[in-house]
Amino acid sequence: MSTSYKALFSEGLWNNNVALSQMLALCPLLAVTTTATNGLGMGLATLVVMLTANLVGSVLRHIITPQVRIPVFIVLIAAIVTLVDMWMNAWMHELYKVLGLFIPLIVTNCAILGRVESFASKNASLPSLVDGLAMGMGFIWVLVVLGAFREILGSGTLFAHASLLLGPAFSWMEITIVPNYQGVLLLVLPPGGFLVLGFILFFKRLIDAALEQRAEQPENEPVISQGDSA
Amino acid sequence: MAIHTATAAEPAYRKRLGYQAMLLGGICFLVAMLIIFGNISSKEAIEAALKQDKLDMLSQVLPPSLYDNNVLTDVIEVTTAGSDKTVAVNVATNQGVITGFAFSISKEGYSGPINMIMGIDGQGQIIGVRVISHTETPGLGDKIEISKANWITAFEGLSLANTANHQWAVKKDNGRFDQFAGATITPRAVVAAVYDGLQLFEQERDQFRYTKSKEKNAKEIHP
Repeated sequence: MSTSYKALFSEGLWNNNVALSQMLALCPLLAVTTTATNGLGMGLATLVVMLTANLVGSVLRHIITPQVRIPVFIVLIAAIVTLVDMWMNAWMHELYKVLGLFIPLIVTNCAILGRVESFASKNASLPSLVDGLAMGMGFIWVLVVLGAFREILGSGTLFAHASLLLGPAFSWMEITIVPNYQGVLLLVLPPGGFLVLGFILFFKRLIDAALEQRAEQPENEPVISQGDSA
Repeated sequence: MAIHTATAAEPAYRKRLGYQAMLLGGICFLVAMLIIFGNISSKEAIEAALKQDKLDMLSQVLPPSLYDNNVLTDVIEVTTAGSDKTVAVNVATNQGVITGFAFSISKEGYSGPINMIMGIDGQGQIIGVRVISHTETPGLGDKIEISKANWITAFEGLSLANTANHQWAVKKDNGRFDQFAGATITPRAVVAAVYDGLQLFEQERDQFRYTKSKEKNAKEIHP
């Protein structure tokens, strides 16, 4: 029981990471990760929608037939995003002014449809919520790391304007790493996102290969890393 | 709790076209209802928040100490001489005397329009300029936002009278305003928009003055 939840987390955070293994949600990923703070904002917004979508998808799984599941899930996810957008605008207006930019991007986020379709539609509510949490957290860390690299190399700061997103209590997070830094324009622009993502993928593959080799040696049995089809 | 990866065998009725059509239709209906409910429940709060935003923005370019009227509703229309374009101008009055104007200005930036609001006093001196919305490159062009940098405050106190025409440009163009590293087009557009705004006031001064008497007439209703 607990091992399967543990497996869900290792899948979401590393093995089957939304961005690094499934290669989904690259459009919002590359567009918003100019700073670590932006990445965190996008990640948090995605996490909320992913949790809700997985919950709704798993509750309705006995009603929805495979033939019409795609349009039904798209309508449901679009509705959740619209409601989150409206309610946040109404009652969390300060946060909305910072995160509002990211919310419409979530509709185009195939990672959420992918999770509902490949996991929540086949599992009960609790595992689906855990899966949404794990996948969402996996997405957040990639966004933050990507944003942090681009921000440090591109503008010489880290977590700039974090207090706008998280509140004044988090102003300690805002660090200027290189004062009076001229900045590398390339890294702030979209090609920089592709470059940094490429390097992160490269290192993930290196680590995976090293882990695989270590696992292979005693048993001499190849470990097949599998990616979910979504 | 077991985690399944295969769909369980489904009952026969679910394979029927009618069921699937009803399902899709039903879900769409439910979702439409939900969104209508969401819209109704949040409409007032959103309108209030937007109104507050506008007031906040106005109060940054027209300090509340300047006026005692309702700046949000006291709006005049100024027509530019060359075209039929009208600009809505919020008028600030204190005991019937005009103390300032605020109006929107806009210019094409690096990637889309930069929308700003500027406040000037009765003599055409800038009280403040703020960016309302823009789509400039994050990390480069967004330094025009007051929350990111105080570059935009460089306009405060300037007017056509105390700043020569050729100085209304970025330093790269031999003007007086800083450009940003890696972004010259954005500050150039902002400077041009502010300059145009001051020109509008200068050229259509009659219309800005005309409101003064109009405002006074409106004031007569109150006592």
